[in-house]
Amino acid sequence: MAQRDPASRIFDEMHAPDGCIRPHYAAYQDWLARMPAGAVARKRLEADSAFHRTGITFAVYGADEGRERLIPFDIVPRIVPQGEWRALEHGLRQRVTALNAFIRDIYSEQRIVKAGLVPAEQVFCNAQYRPEMQGVAVPSGIYAHIAGIDIVRATQSAGEAQYYVLEDNLRVPSGVSYMLENRRMMLRLFPELFARHKVLPVEHYPDLLLDTLRQAAPAGLHEPTAVVLTPGAYNSAYFEHAFLAQQMGIELVEGKDLFVDDETLHMRTTQGPRRVDVVYRRIDDDFLDPLAFRQDSALGVAGLLSVVRAGRVTLANAIGTGIADDKSIYPYVPTMIRFYLAEEPLIANVPTWQCRDARQRSHVLAHMHELVVKECHSAGGYGMLIGPAASRAEIEQFRARVKAAPDKYIAQPTLALSACPTFVKRGIAPRHVDLRPFVLSGKSVRMAPGGLTRVALKAGSLVVNSSQGGGTKDTWVLED
Amino acid sequence: MLSRTADALYWMARYTERAENAARLLDVSYRMSLQRAAARVGYWGAALGITGLEEAYKAKHGEITAAHVLGFLAVDADNPSSILSCLRAARENCHAVRGTVTSEVWETVNTTWLEARESAGALGRGRLQGSELTRFCEWVKFRSHLSRGVTVGTMLQDEAFHFMRLGTFLERADNTARLLDVKFDELAPSTDAEDEYYQWGALLRSVSAFEIYRKVYRDVITPPRVAELLILHEAMPRSLHACMREVDEILGVVGNARSGDTQRRAGELHARLRFARIEDILEIGLHPYLTQFLERTADLGNRIARDFLVPIG
Repeated sequence: MAQRDPASRIFDEMHAPDGCIRPHYAAYQDWLARMPAGAVARKRLEADSAFHRTGITFAVYGADEGRERLIPFDIVPRIVPQGEWRALEHGLRQRVTALNAFIRDIYSEQRIVKAGLVPAEQVFCNAQYRPEMQGVAVPSGIYAHIAGIDIVRATQSAGEAQYYVLEDNLRVPSGVSYMLENRRMMLRLFPELFARHKVLPVEHYPDLLLDTLRQAAPAGLHEPTAVVLTPGAYNSAYFEHAFLAQQMGIELVEGKDLFVDDETLHMRTTQGPRRVDVVYRRIDDDFLDPLAFRQDSALGVAGLLSVVRAGRVTLANAIGTGIADDKSIYPYVPTMIRFYLAEEPLIANVPTWQCRDARQRSHVLAHMHELVVKECHSAGGYGMLIGPAASRAEIEQFRARVKAAPDKYIAQPTLALSACPTFVKRGIAPRHVDLRPFVLSGKSVRMAPGGLTRVALKAGSLVVNSSQGGGTKDTWVLED
Repeated sequence: MLSRTADALYWMARYTERAENAARLLDVSYRMSLQRAAARVGYWGAALGITGLEEAYKAKHGEITAAHVLGFLAVDADNPSSILSCLRAARENCHAVRGTVTSEVWETVNTTWLEARESAGALGRGRLQGSELTRFCEWVKFRSHLSRGVTVGTMLQDEAFHFMRLGTFLERADNTARLLDVKFDELAPSTDAEDEYYQWGALLRSVSAFEIYRKVYRDVITPPRVAELLILHEAMPRSLHACMREVDEILGVVGNARSGDTQRRAGELHARLRFARIEDILEIGLHPYLTQFLERTADLGNRIARDFLVPIG
């Protein structure tokens, strides 16, 4: 069934290089082998119809099919042994703590810049740096309450696979609803599997999130009111906004439901105005307040920034967190961990060349056909070149772009991402996966075990983003 | 509760109810047209009259034909009051507040729209006649029952629930009044007792009131009693009286600092229905009476929007 190339550099999550099943997949493989051939196909159809009925859909920009489409859900779980997860969890806690310390430092004393460890122009000339937040204190000094850290397992040229952080998402990371819905779907389709496996639960994530939001409220409030702020029903992640609001039992608001009066944020209700203390906002900085940022924004709330600056409302995440997850800042995260925590990074960064540096740039320009070149300020798998998969013309086009604006680009080696068995047309075949755990920062740093596993459904494709047609899997952290 | 949320819930309920009533109207018009071949065109014109859509129809199709009217009222996506458009509007409103309703409510409303879109495609391609149409109308009614049942059976009886019910009853009052107005006008001058039986019988069936009429009056079907049943009978679930009693009660529960006058007007309308006599109404004339009633419910709708929801226009 599965085609395996023993000489391949690709780490297979299920099979050891000798073709044996890895121990944490043994019980699953045993179960799968005994499933009648038609039964699995039926379960896949059942999952599809259930997702359509419940309206768990995702809008893809520019797709003809209209606004809503399913993110393909794959029924083979991605299994992570608890020992591996523990190590990841420590590494994530460390990394997110350092990232928050960095943002706090940048908007206050700027020690890391003064120490010469991060170049000033990289921070202050960055579009993600928000001068409006300079000197503004936020409760508990936490800026990124919710972080989505993209992790991949990849093989070094030396042969051994290890986990890397590919990207930090500290603005409005999405996908956690799929983590929760995928688990619900697996429980519904294959209850017997959960009897055979001790899978750590993730269903309490909305509780953790609500607790985190309430902890973030301005000091001295007895029963703070938190809301989820969405751009509206046409946003690609609207399902998730509505889902989280419902799970937490708090209001899902749009900008037009809110107004500022007397340095206080209010929402319009059937019983008149009501004060709002914490906003879990799923709108980018640019659109939050037409008086402070983009004037043409109809999504935000006029005067919101003034309430933030007065310390009378907490935004989660805070304005300006993008300064820490920009691709041009990414290479400095290990430095941050050493500087703020005096620790060595537990999860590695992917080696990165910055095109702003002349020597690094000439290396990049000479090796474009083997590198991944990324635009610093883009997301969602857009604006990047995958050298080995690109045509000569595409490479030349990108080369011109890098030369024209080197500051805007970084490059990384093409990672051999690990692969996980996945249902495709012709049966089960390995497909590349990544993992996005969701890390919550409040009084402590917490996360639900696992995260969202995304899978590239095209053979050989390395792009797992849902906006580019990737799929998702349930992620199981198996108790030892 | 957020004003915008209450607004979407209220309109979701109104559109669901409107779709159901449109299906009832279509079904009865179709059945009546089968019985009186000579007056067919008249029925279809009346069906357009009830919904106030003659002009939009004429702009699109010109001459009134059964197939065109059926298509226009049932599955025309360009007609904002077609059954299909109502179900879409109900679904879009529900989508906007899916976090507020239970997942059962959302799944019901969403599935209704997905399936309606599918059958509308099939109906639009084929001939919109006969059993296909009747089945579609039955299905719309059934989905509306389901949606209301799921609402009552699963939702917490909080403000969200109240605003949905408010939309349901205000819309239903409006629809019953329109149906009665047009049919009464059209059916009144008849000397043929048998014919009268079928025509009024069909009207009663369209509001699920045929058996109720028999139970209440134990008598032959006469127009004044049909009017009495549909306007004044408190226990008849689609009567104006029953609908306004609900509207009055719900406004009493959700009332806020500025809704006093709206509550007063709803109370007054309810009280008038409670104490009115059909003889007096018929003396004024049913048409003027119902016209005034429709003006008052429209006024209530505007006031509810202003006091609680997102103001209209």
